[in-house]
Amino acid sequence: MSHAEDHEGTRRDFLYYATAGAGAVTAGAAVWPLVNQMNPSADVQALSSIIVDVSGVDVGTQISVMFLGKPVFIRRRTQAEIDEGRAVEMKDLIDTSSENPNKPGSDASDENRTLDEAGEWLVMMGVCTHLGCVPLGDGAGDFDGWFCPCHGSHYDTAGRIRKGPAPQNLHIPVAEFTDATTLKLG
Amino acid sequence: MSGIPHDHYEPKTGAEKWLHSRLPIVGLLYDTIMIPTPKNLNWWWIWGIVLAFCLALQIVTGIVLVMHYTPHVDLAFASVEHIMRNVNGGFMIRYLHANGASLFFVAVYIHIFRGLFYGSYKAPREITWIVGMLIYLMMMGTAFMGYVLPWGQMSFWGATVITGLFGAIPLIGEPIQTWLLGGPAVDNATLNRFFSLHYLLPFVIAGLVIVHIWAFHTTGNNNPTGVEVRRGSKEEAKKDTLPFWPYFVIKDFLGLAVVLLVFWAIVGFMPNYLGHPDNYIEANPLQTPAHIVPEWYFLPFYAILRAFTSEVWVVQIASFVTGGIVDAKFFGVLAMFGAIAVMALAPWLDTSRVRSGKYRPQFKWWFLLLVIDFFALMWLGAMPAEEPYASFSLIASAYWFGYFLVILPLLGVIEKPDAIPATIEEDFDSHYGKKSEATPAE
Repeated sequence: MSHAEDHEGTRRDFLYYATAGAGAVTAGAAVWPLVNQMNPSADVQALSSIIVDVSGVDVGTQISVMFLGKPVFIRRRTQAEIDEGRAVEMKDLIDTSSENPNKPGSDASDENRTLDEAGEWLVMMGVCTHLGCVPLGDGAGDFDGWFCPCHGSHYDTAGRIRKGPAPQNLHIPVAEFTDATTLKLG
Repeated sequence: MSGIPHDHYEPKTGAEKWLHSRLPIVGLLYDTIMIPTPKNLNWWWIWGIVLAFCLALQIVTGIVLVMHYTPHVDLAFASVEHIMRNVNGGFMIRYLHANGASLFFVAVYIHIFRGLFYGSYKAPREITWIVGMLIYLMMMGTAFMGYVLPWGQMSFWGATVITGLFGAIPLIGEPIQTWLLGGPAVDNATLNRFFSLHYLLPFVIAGLVIVHIWAFHTTGNNNPTGVEVRRGSKEEAKKDTLPFWPYFVIKDFLGLAVVLLVFWAIVGFMPNYLGHPDNYIEANPLQTPAHIVPEWYFLPFYAILRAFTSEVWVVQIASFVTGGIVDAKFFGVLAMFGAIAVMALAPWLDTSRVRSGKYRPQFKWWFLLLVIDFFALMWLGAMPAEEPYASFSLIASAYWFGYFLVILPLLGVIEKPDAIPATIEEDFDSHYGKKSEATPAE
C-alpha cells in the first residue's frame, strides 16, 4: 500500500516539476526578447572605425572628434606639457594603469599614454571616468591638463586622474597612425 | 474592510440593489470617501490631496503634450519649441507640466517630513510608509526621464551622469549601463525608451497610490497626537473622528486653493525660475555645460553622491576591506541610494514607543536639525564641487545617516517622553472646548 502511494507521489511530483519547469522556461523565453530589445541595435553595434586627418593640429592645440557617440580628444602636446607629464612619479598617481589598449597591461607612465615615441600625440576618450561628462581641456584644472566641471576631477597633461572623484585615467581608444598625418580610431 | 467601525453603504432603491449585488462599486467608493478620520488633523495633513492633484495635473498635461512632441534626437528639441511657439496655449501647458513636477516634489517632501515628525511610519503603518517610499522612487525616476525629453544640454548631460551611476557598479556596471542606454552613449535609443517609460510610470504611480490609500484606510489615519482612534464601538469611534467627506475634503481643498495660488503665480509670472537656461540649448554630445546641476528636488541626494570622495576615511576603509571593489565612485552611488533606504527603514530603526514627535522633548530638536540638514544638502548640491562645500557636504551627509542609524534607535531608549493624551477626543477638547458644554442641544 505504502509502496503504491510512494509510486503515486513520485508520479505526481514528476508531473508537477515538469509542468512548473516548462512554465518557467516558457516565461523566461517570453521575457528575454523584451529585455534584449533594449541592448544596442544592429546599427549601433556596427562599430565602425573612423579616419581622422590631423594635419591641421598644431603643437599646443587639440581637436575633438565624435567616435561611438562620444568625443575623442586628439591633443598635440607642447614640450612643456611632455616634460611636466614625465616628471610625475608613479606613487603620485591614483590609477597606475595606462588604460591604453594599444599597450595592454602597461603602467601609467607618460610614455605609455601617448601614441608616438616623442610623446607629442595624446589621444583619449573625452569622457570623464567618474560619470561621463566631457572634461574641459587646454590646460584646465590644478594639473594643467583637463578638468571635469561636473564633479571636479582634475587630470594632468597626460590625462591621468590626479584629484577628485574619478577612479581612472582618461581611457585611450584603440588608435594608430596610418601615415604621418592620418589617425585611425577603432 | 477592517479598521475603524463606521456606517457602511446601504443600497436603497431597486436599481442600487441591482448594481450592488453584481458590482459593489458604489459601496466601495462610499466607504472610501466616508472613512472616519481623526478630527484633530492639522494643516500638515493637506498634502495628500495636493499630491493627488499633482498626479492628475501631470497625467492630463502630459497626455496633451505628447500630442505635439516628437521623441527623436533630431526633432525633440524643435518639437518642444513648436509646443512653446505654435501650439495653441502650448507654452502654458508645458509650463504647467514642468512646474507641476516641482509642486509635486514640494508636496511629497512636506508629506514625508510630516510622516517623519508625527511617526506616521510606525506600526501598524509600515506598509503605507514603504509603499509611499516606492511612490517617491517612481516619482524620481519619472521626473528624471521627463527632464531628458526636451533634449537640451541639461537633459543630455543629466542623463549621461545619472546613467553613469549604474556604470559605477563593479563588474556588471558597464553592460548594465549599455543596456539602459541602448548603446555606448546617450542617443536616440535612450530618448525613445525614456519617453516610453515616462509615459508608463505615472500610471504605475497611480496604482501604488491606490495601494497607499488602501493601506492607511485599513489602519486608519495617524494624527498629531499619535494616539489611535478608539474602536470599541461605532459610538466611541465617532467621538474621535469625523467622516472624510465633507469635513476633510473641504478643508483640504482650502489648503489646495492656497497652494495653487502660489503655483499659478509661479507658472504665470516666473515659469523658468526653477529651470536651467542651459536646457534651452540643444543637446551637444561634444560639450558639457560648465556647471551641471540637477533639478532642485534631486539636490540633497546629489550632494550626498558627491560628498564621498577618495580622501574620506570611510571610503578608504570600504575600499580596503573590499579589495578595491567599492571605490569612491561606487561608494557615492551606494550612499545616495542608502540615504533613501535608511529613510524607508525608519519604522524599524525608531525604537520609541511614543508615536508623535509632539511628546518627545529630545526628538523634536534632532528632527529640526534633520530638516535644516535637508535644506543644507539642497544648497550644497547646487554649489560647485570644491572647498569648503565638499567638507560641509560630508558633515551634512553624515548627519542624515546619523539621524536614522544612530539617533532614532538610541532616542527610544534614553528619552523620557511627555504625557500623552488618553484619547483624541481629550486632546481635541483641550484645544477647542467640549462641544456638548459649549453648544446647547438645539
